[in-house]
Amino acid sequence: MNIENLTTIQQSVKETLDIRAGIAAGHKRNVLICGGTGCTSSGSVKIHDAMQKALEERGISDEVKVIQTGCFGLCANGPIMIVYPEGTFYTHVSVDDVDEIVNEHLVGGKEVERLLHKEKTASGNVEPTSLSESQFYKKQHRVALRNCGFIDPENIDEYIGRDGYRAIAKVLNEMEPQQVIDEMKKSGLRGRGGGGFPTGLKWQFAADQPKGKKYVVCNADEGDPGAFMDRSILEGDPHAIIEAMEIAGYAVGADEGYIYVRAEYPIAVHRLQVAIKQAHEKGLLGNNILGTDFNFDITLRLGAGAFVCGEETALLTSIEGHRGEPRPRPPFPAVKGLFGKPTMNNNVETYANVAQIILNGADWYASMGTEKSKGTKVFALGGKITNTGLVEVPMGTTLREIIEEIGGGVPNGKKFKAAQTGGPSGGCIPAELIDTPIDYDNLTAIGCMMGSGGLIVMDEDNCMVDIAKFYLEFTVDESCGKCTPCRVGIVRLLETLEKITDGRGELEDLDKLEELCNYIKSGSLCGLGQTAPNPVLSTLRFFRDEYVAHVVDKKCPAHVCKNLMQYIIDDNKCVGCKMCSKGCPADAIHVNDGAVVKEGKKLPYLVIDQSKCVKCGACIATCKFKAIYKS
Amino acid sequence: MKKKLTSVTFNDSAEKREKLLAVIEEYKGKEGNLLPVLQKAQEIYGYLPPEVQKTVALGLEVPEAEVFGVASFYAQFKLNPDGDIAIAVCLGTACYVKGSGQLADKVTEIVGLHPGETTSDGKYSFEATRCIGACGLAPVMTVNGDVYGRLTPADVAGIIRKYQ
Amino acid sequence: MDMLNIKINGVSYQVPKGVTVLEAAKAAEIDIPTLCYLKDINEIGACRLCLVEVQEMRGPSLGPARMVTACVYPVTEGMSIVTNSEKIKKSRKLNLELLLSNHNKECLSCVRSTTCELQKLCRDYGVDENHFSGKKTQTAIDDSSVAIIRDNSKCVLCRRCVAACKNMQDIGVIGAVNRGFDTVIGTSFDKDLASTTCVNCGQCIVACPTGALHERDDTDKVFAALDDPTKHVYICTAPSVRAQIGECFGYEPGTDCEGKMVAALKRLGFDGVFDMNLTADLTIVEEATELVERMTKGGTLPMITSCSPGWIKYCEHYFPEMTENLSTCKSPQQMFGAVMKTYFAQKMGYDPKDIVFVSAIPCTAKKFEVGRPDQNAGGVPDVDVAITTREVGRMIERAGINFRALKDEKFDEPFEISSGAGVIFGATGGVMEAALRYAAEIVLGKKIEKVDFPEVRGTEGIKFASYDLGGTKINVAVASGTKNAKKLLRGVQSGEYDVQFIEIMACPGGCVNGGGQPYQPASVRNSVDLRAVRAKVLYNDDASRDLRKSQDNSGVKRLYDEFFGTPGSHKAHEVLHTSYIKRGM
Repeated sequence: MNIENLTTIQQSVKETLDIRAGIAAGHKRNVLICGGTGCTSSGSVKIHDAMQKALEERGISDEVKVIQTGCFGLCANGPIMIVYPEGTFYTHVSVDDVDEIVNEHLVGGKEVERLLHKEKTASGNVEPTSLSESQFYKKQHRVALRNCGFIDPENIDEYIGRDGYRAIAKVLNEMEPQQVIDEMKKSGLRGRGGGGFPTGLKWQFAADQPKGKKYVVCNADEGDPGAFMDRSILEGDPHAIIEAMEIAGYAVGADEGYIYVRAEYPIAVHRLQVAIKQAHEKGLLGNNILGTDFNFDITLRLGAGAFVCGEETALLTSIEGHRGEPRPRPPFPAVKGLFGKPTMNNNVETYANVAQIILNGADWYASMGTEKSKGTKVFALGGKITNTGLVEVPMGTTLREIIEEIGGGVPNGKKFKAAQTGGPSGGCIPAELIDTPIDYDNLTAIGCMMGSGGLIVMDEDNCMVDIAKFYLEFTVDESCGKCTPCRVGIVRLLETLEKITDGRGELEDLDKLEELCNYIKSGSLCGLGQTAPNPVLSTLRFFRDEYVAHVVDKKCPAHVCKNLMQYIIDDNKCVGCKMCSKGCPADAIHVNDGAVVKEGKKLPYLVIDQSKCVKCGACIATCKFKAIYKS
Repeated sequence: MKKKLTSVTFNDSAEKREKLLAVIEEYKGKEGNLLPVLQKAQEIYGYLPPEVQKTVALGLEVPEAEVFGVASFYAQFKLNPDGDIAIAVCLGTACYVKGSGQLADKVTEIVGLHPGETTSDGKYSFEATRCIGACGLAPVMTVNGDVYGRLTPADVAGIIRKYQ
Repeated sequence: MDMLNIKINGVSYQVPKGVTVLEAAKAAEIDIPTLCYLKDINEIGACRLCLVEVQEMRGPSLGPARMVTACVYPVTEGMSIVTNSEKIKKSRKLNLELLLSNHNKECLSCVRSTTCELQKLCRDYGVDENHFSGKKTQTAIDDSSVAIIRDNSKCVLCRRCVAACKNMQDIGVIGAVNRGFDTVIGTSFDKDLASTTCVNCGQCIVACPTGALHERDDTDKVFAALDDPTKHVYICTAPSVRAQIGECFGYEPGTDCEGKMVAALKRLGFDGVFDMNLTADLTIVEEATELVERMTKGGTLPMITSCSPGWIKYCEHYFPEMTENLSTCKSPQQMFGAVMKTYFAQKMGYDPKDIVFVSAIPCTAKKFEVGRPDQNAGGVPDVDVAITTREVGRMIERAGINFRALKDEKFDEPFEISSGAGVIFGATGGVMEAALRYAAEIVLGKKIEKVDFPEVRGTEGIKFASYDLGGTKINVAVASGTKNAKKLLRGVQSGEYDVQFIEIMACPGGCVNGGGQPYQPASVRNSVDLRAVRAKVLYNDDASRDLRKSQDNSGVKRLYDEFFGTPGSHKAHEVLHTSYIKRGM
């Protein structure tokens, strides 16, 4: 394999990629079906197979190329299918729709109207909207996700067709290792895994160690609940990570890499395995890459379900085959890392930017973003938002743009209350700060954290004490148990929150919470413990009144905390159908014997026995007359 | 996280054992081999009973307590086998904010198991998982790998009944 | 040596490059509290008690103050360290209060009361033991072992025991189990300690800062026997006990308290207080005879010593194929018991059943050895109760004996005589040296003048030496600590080492550093080499004697003359030798 070979391969896939890019209009069609985890779990693989079969039966499988891609991002509307060159954007496709799509569209040439993606347009009408015109995509700027949902991730030729492995070719043929590092520094890229440490500096530290065995590691142990950007990149563009690790290896002087990926990501693992194999076969990984004397190989290691392994030193300990417990620094991994050797570790999204920086230049990259946070950032939108999914925007985009424009706002007419970033390590951004431009420093300034990019939207029905409790339950579960502040401290935090949500809280508990939070932050061994109190501190800061309502008034304003709320039947709306009573698992709803007749109706006809009610909410779900409410 | 030792009787077979010994042979002497070997052992047996961990310990010359320490540390390692009806509820953020905690309570109520447990007759098992990536369908539960989304607690009994 | 200029609490110091903040502070006579740190063994920065504030140079000026763990953080040029600010004190207090919220707090009845490192810190920092309350980690007491009791309700998860067992001894029968708040120190699959491959060395106990690990206390059995008028109760003390018992009463490590110890034991009411050095000499005579016999008659070589019961159990589990290499000689403790229940019983006209023989030993594994099969020469167990140095100290305290004020007294007849060779049994290399003093004379057929064999002395984990005894070449090796034993035996098995005689002690440094020895807090263990300091007492004792060789001990000669006949005789084999079990894993 050499550069000429790369060009040959690139030309061989040019036509099909051009069709998808809307540059060429050939008669051959490309049908792209999302093969990300979200769409897969709603049946997209079956759709792909059924489509292939249907095309073969009709003898047009040569005319239409069916491709299972990585994630498109708009997970809420999956499974997603796009037909090129028309660019027809189908959402919520099911396997039963395949015949209709083939007959009407692929054979008959007429789009299936009912499956077209529709959005409210400027005129207020709901109309079919193409992918590129959709609100969801319009404001995005895709660097890390550039190939996701565009290429077949299991076909290395398509990656090469998108200038893949050009960056490592450039580096090997035209650049000294130090030049590569300088380029990374100049780009301003910062670690996308949470801390935001300058990537170029990290590379420099590892490069500065004496020559000898060194390792390059890719942290793909994405563990924040609600974050799935790394997974989508691995599923949609695995070669980008392999190429970036090679570049890093060349820059720091390492010949071996480890990718530590969550075992809970079977599709990502599979695509990485395929990609590593293909890269090997093409001479793009292993010995004498691209005919040079540069050797680099990658071993895949599967995580085994421990959030703490996202912490750098715990990850290394885990690769070494031990309990994933962090170790104190110094020594830093750059000096003494994996198996005691200098080790450079970046996360998936960080690597996903590397080849683009090399190809387009540091200046291009640094032109995006804010002063201290360059480039783009991928966010996983979740929670109470219309467009659940994955978005990539330049640093500095405001929360409002992300939630209201790209995310389509909060559904069901509810009011936006707060967004949570950084998962269990992060904090909440309240509605009044919705115009904050999102970058590392702005988030830190308001007690939040970029984290890996999970962005969970909450509406008025979410109780902020409950949310803090949820994240603490997570960190309590995931604490490794090595250091005292984290092992015992966050349990005591959680117990205090439970006391508050149970209605047993006292005002002095709030001070005790703060005192303990501050100690755990400063006293814990690793990032997990040091950031675990953030959800509590952040909600205490912005939603203290909600805590006070729980403690003083013994009320949960959002009607979430079971001990502080009741289900009530509204006399005026209840028609006496008894559906709620039948559906009640606790047998807590009865006909009221003492009811009086009022306006021809026995009222109250049904009542909830609060001593029996388990607050499961089944009655609200069954009542067709919306006669039950929370108080 | 405290893992419960299994009460289900270990059922070995010559074929499985041979596979396990082959895995141990393949990884013996390699750096950082314990996790991959335990992962493959779990692929072979479906879980990691003490007998299997002991074989790994002897084969890789690692203290038994260390193998157990690793097996009990990582959520992925199962000390209990999957039941014939293996129920899992996603407690990832997206699912949680949409009420998956109540789904989990409902499962406990119906099958009498807490997350991480298997009935000693091996019929039911119940797990609480982290995000399984089906956030668009939240809240989600799975039974024997089949995904059920957009659920309310009232749906749980009916879904489990389908597998009985 | 490169020196760095630093400030601690505003005062300037110079410290050598490479030291940690903890060591720098120690040099300035400031103790920074630690719980988890044990130098070279457990450097994990887990307990977070040693947090201090440091500022390091950033260019020409000091950077921001940061909290770091003093135990592992290296000192840098210009560093400014604050060890005791209000913030730090508050942090330590909160840390201790968190620990206590998951601790059983039964200090009053705890075996470690007054020697507990946690208790001391809590006192120092004025904690409110109920500042935090809440659920506790589920724990259960494991008292399955005859030697070691584990009580996780007192555990602070510092992991010093795990480091001792795994890193230092390379055994690893205990380790961290589960995750987060449910983490406990446990065995594989929550097995009883007694059913694991634990060798009972007790290094976990001396490493533990609290009462979570302790020996099985057998002092009540001894007090009951002393109170029973139908019993003849005797005690003998192992070579190293005299060198350490003083530590229980506030003496510096390395203080010889033989005379006070004997005086105290007499005051406890024993019918006789004997010196185990005598059977150490007897062991040498039997063992060296066995060695020469194996070497001349083609027996299994290398022969390995058998006085350390921790090592014996280790060999049975981890090297069952090498049990034939073990000397069949009983340990000095068991030989003493066997002599008591045969020769002594006959001589005194006692029924062996009426003799209660107690051994005072530096070792927890001896509690296990007492119950081994083939250790009952008189038809009853050779030894009835084995109590550690710590238990001896406890008995003296409970009896109200003012140890420090006692005048020296001497061991009782007829087992009062011993040689310097017997004394040095308590240190690694001592058995080897004692054996060489005898073997050389057998092989050479004449008395030797030079009795010192310095090559086998010292705290080095593995030592080798070669001797030419009048044309007979002998290569010997000495290992202490099971980790070193494993390394040595692997080398022997692979053919890398060609040796004929090996001494192995389960505890690093030998009995002076045994698992039954007095507690020393981490602050002492991290700055004093207890192995060397304690061993020095024994070597000084040896050097000061005229009687240096076991074979010259008249007490030993009398035993052969009156009872056993010759070394290695049939009678000697019946009474003084034993057999082993191939336990495997």
